[in-house]
Amino acid sequence: MRITATVNGTTHQADDVWPGESLLFVLRERMGLPGSKNACEQGECGSCTVYLDGVPVCACLVAAGQADGRQIVTVEGLAAGGALHPVQQAFIDAGAVQCGFCTPGLLVAAHDLLARDPSPSEADVREALAGNLCRCTGYEKILDAVRLAAARLAAGPGGDGA
Amino acid sequence: MTTSGREPGREPGQSGLLAPAGRAPSRPRRAPDGVPAEADRPGAGETAGIGTSVRRPDGRLKVTGEFAYGSDLWMDGMLWGVTLRSPHPHARIRSVQIGEALATTGVHAVLTSADVPGQNAYGLEHADQPVLAADLVRYAGEPVALVAADHPETARLAASRIMVDYEVLPPVTDPVAALAPDAPALHPGGNLVRHLKIRKGDPEPTADVVVAGSYQIGMQDQAFLGPEAGLAVPDGAGGVELFVSTQWLHVDQRQICAALGLPAERVRLVLAGVGGAFGGREDLSMHVHACLLALHTGKPVKMVYSREESFFGHVHRHPVWIDYEHGASSDGTLVYVTATMHLDGGAYASSTPAVVGNAGTMGAGPYVVPNVRIDAYGVYTNNPPCGAMRGFGSVQAAFGYEAQMDKLAAALGMDPVEFRCKNAMRMGSEGPTGQVLDSPAPVAELLRRVQRMPLPESGSADLRSLPGGVGNTTHGEGIVRGIGYAVGYKNVGFSEGFDDYSTARVRLELTGGEPVVTVHTAAAEVGQGLVTIEQQICRTELGVGTVVVVPKDTSVGSAGSTSASRQTYVTGGAVKAACEAVRERLLARVRERGERELAGLRLADGLVLADGAGPVGAIGEFLDAGPIEETVQWRHRPTQPIDPETGQGFAHVQYAFAAHRAVVDVDTELGLVKVVALDCAQDVGRALNPQAVVGQIQGGSAQGLGLAVMEEIQVRDGLIANPSFTDYLIPTILDVPPMRIDVLEYPDPHAPYGVRGVGEPPTISSGPAVVAAIRAATGRDLARVPVRPEHIAGPA
Ligand code: FES
Ligand code: FES
Repeated sequence: MRITATVNGTTHQADDVWPGESLLFVLRERMGLPGSKNACEQGECGSCTVYLDGVPVCACLVAAGQADGRQIVTVEGLAAGGALHPVQQAFIDAGAVQCGFCTPGLLVAAHDLLARDPSPSEADVREALAGNLCRCTGYEKILDAVRLAAARLAAGPGGDGA
Repeated sequence: MTTSGREPGREPGQSGLLAPAGRAPSRPRRAPDGVPAEADRPGAGETAGIGTSVRRPDGRLKVTGEFAYGSDLWMDGMLWGVTLRSPHPHARIRSVQIGEALATTGVHAVLTSADVPGQNAYGLEHADQPVLAADLVRYAGEPVALVAADHPETARLAASRIMVDYEVLPPVTDPVAALAPDAPALHPGGNLVRHLKIRKGDPEPTADVVVAGSYQIGMQDQAFLGPEAGLAVPDGAGGVELFVSTQWLHVDQRQICAALGLPAERVRLVLAGVGGAFGGREDLSMHVHACLLALHTGKPVKMVYSREESFFGHVHRHPVWIDYEHGASSDGTLVYVTATMHLDGGAYASSTPAVVGNAGTMGAGPYVVPNVRIDAYGVYTNNPPCGAMRGFGSVQAAFGYEAQMDKLAAALGMDPVEFRCKNAMRMGSEGPTGQVLDSPAPVAELLRRVQRMPLPESGSADLRSLPGGVGNTTHGEGIVRGIGYAVGYKNVGFSEGFDDYSTARVRLELTGGEPVVTVHTAAAEVGQGLVTIEQQICRTELGVGTVVVVPKDTSVGSAGSTSASRQTYVTGGAVKAACEAVRERLLARVRERGERELAGLRLADGLVLADGAGPVGAIGEFLDAGPIEETVQWRHRPTQPIDPETGQGFAHVQYAFAAHRAVVDVDTELGLVKVVALDCAQDVGRALNPQAVVGQIQGGSAQGLGLAVMEEIQVRDGLIANPSFTDYLIPTILDVPPMRIDVLEYPDPHAPYGVRGVGEPPTISSGPAVVAAIRAATGRDLARVPVRPEHIAGPA
């Protein structure tokens, strides 16, 4: 079957998609967007998190056909025009990236959290990121990164809020 | 790297790094990245040398999704490889029929053991594991056949059509029973992989106070998030290039060459992006398989394990059964320890001999004990193979000896921290192998530091901070708080006489009129941040800000393994030594110019400096004569094999220590545990990148927590019952508490910059501290980890 979707603002089309393929497989293997990761393909780790019509989902649990005609944003689409989004920059600055395999999914989840709640409490951050596994960091620096991003976003463009 | 579908992607040579010479012409479109020079370059006035928390150079690629992990690699016309694995833990293979599989549309190859051209056996220490099982399978999940097809689903379908006729044999699953004289021998030499003996002091000691306990540690999985993956590309001339996520390129290359029957120059390896390792990538997984399929089909072949397959595709942490007995005098001085340990190595040896070595030689813990008798056995069974995982033998022993320390303290009526401090090792202490600690060993200080840290508030009303969380299982009733302490230690680097070295090539040259350093090692970056450390060392030693890290591959000599907390020490030492050699040659050029006598020549901030004079000149001025390149092989001081009868000898080059204090809330009715705080003090010798050091300690602590309360591969009759992230639980952000980290820096005079390995110690003491805290809250013995709810709330 043919899948057409808007991914990161651009129309992408994939042909000969086998009905059993997930959105994650189509993004990674047919659309040349391997940023979303494949750590479990079972909905348990969050490494494949993308926006589907503005809502974060596990792309591994979405059948490719369900994504036809819809709007998708992946980690590759968070930064505009070569500049990093403050959440991305904060992950680098806070040391929240080690192997980085969890990072794309966590970035989408954190991006979504801060869009909904610009100053979440620590318990709120933990709850929002509870579906994203990280094996390297022990999560402390991920929490630091979300706090740093929130502060920088609150300070507005130019402010560093740190 | 490409973000534009089938459009031509950016190739490594275009991304700002220097492509090593001698590359095969056909590069994957998504190929492993090196580190672009322009990314995260230090700003003006920032030296970004050692001791600074400079940002990782691959951070930008990782947050934009452009970093190419093994599973992201992609080439035009590539095939997908899959593995058919045995469903039985022990069986004879009568026949394998591949006809129907081969006839499946889209299938390009189906291979069995008959297609392995070289030696059908590999292994880190003993070549006892077949590439593809020939006549016998020894564990459930053992590879039997391979398929390459144009779609992964086609390959899986074809694999399901391979007919294997098995004669099922009874599995040997108990490591103690496996050593019985009448147990079936699983390998030609029997079922004993190694028996390590430590005999020190009085063989028949007596003591005022004696405590004994039997402990069991479950099988833990590394659970790195990036699955085993790689891409093998045939070179068209009988050789192959393998891009793979791994921990030690050269040991892979050696084993692959033996299996393929090819010389090293025909098998090139390049490190693909690695999504965590923790020991689980030290053994081969898909390496030989992908190469076989690529050579057979003449096409690039990619293999990526699913999460389920990953549980079968790598070794795990050894489950261990330990009987301890400790004796102390009534004043609280340790008199003796005896221990018998059985480590279940599973079907193949992997690194079992070295894990046994660690569990035994460090089995008394970081304490001074004059009389030691330890027997540690590594055993073959038909369980999943076990090998390296962060902490490597020391983790399992620490659960036992730290439980014993608490028991002894209670029996003596002493405070558990005071009791530990009274018996703690220090510099100059003699360990159970007779080795005298010749660098700082601040065991007591680490304990006192975590003890002094502020305690968390108790009694939050937020459900999310209670055991059971939003499961709404309690509003505070039945909750008891407990506090526990533990300290542990581990050797750094490879031990017992192993020739442990690394190789670094460093080049200093003018690029666009500016001095640029290029550093090339084969040391695997697995997430820990070695690429950052390599840059920092070059900046410090050569005074040049721009340092390019070449992709890791086998075109430079071995760096040894990214394991045993060794790379900052050993590859860091090699990079430092190579920089020193480059600097000597540059300074020789300075002296040749010799307008005046110059003392104290050195490099900093792009300048050549001398004592009592202004800058002698810019570094770049002395590079007009051409680049300077040096390749250096660097070794730490040698260790020795231990005596086979007494276990005595200078076995380990360095020890590293950490202590934890855990605070837990336990729902004593339901047996649920919430770890409220997990604070750590660790001596790192010298923190080359303080932020990365803290990240290692926090991540390592979380893995220890996982083993203490949730992580276990459940094996029944040789079968893994929970090979998924649905059933094998690793800690989430709700399970890991805030972690306060106190980093001590007491330099080791024997190590470059005084560094001490960092990655493993936090995984050793965090779990025992958590279990001690649960014991304190519940009064239960808890002799088995992970601790399950029924151990807390069930019948005592
Ligand atoms: S890969 Fe989708 S949740 Fe793990
Ligand atoms: S950084 Fe490795 S899994 Fe999170």
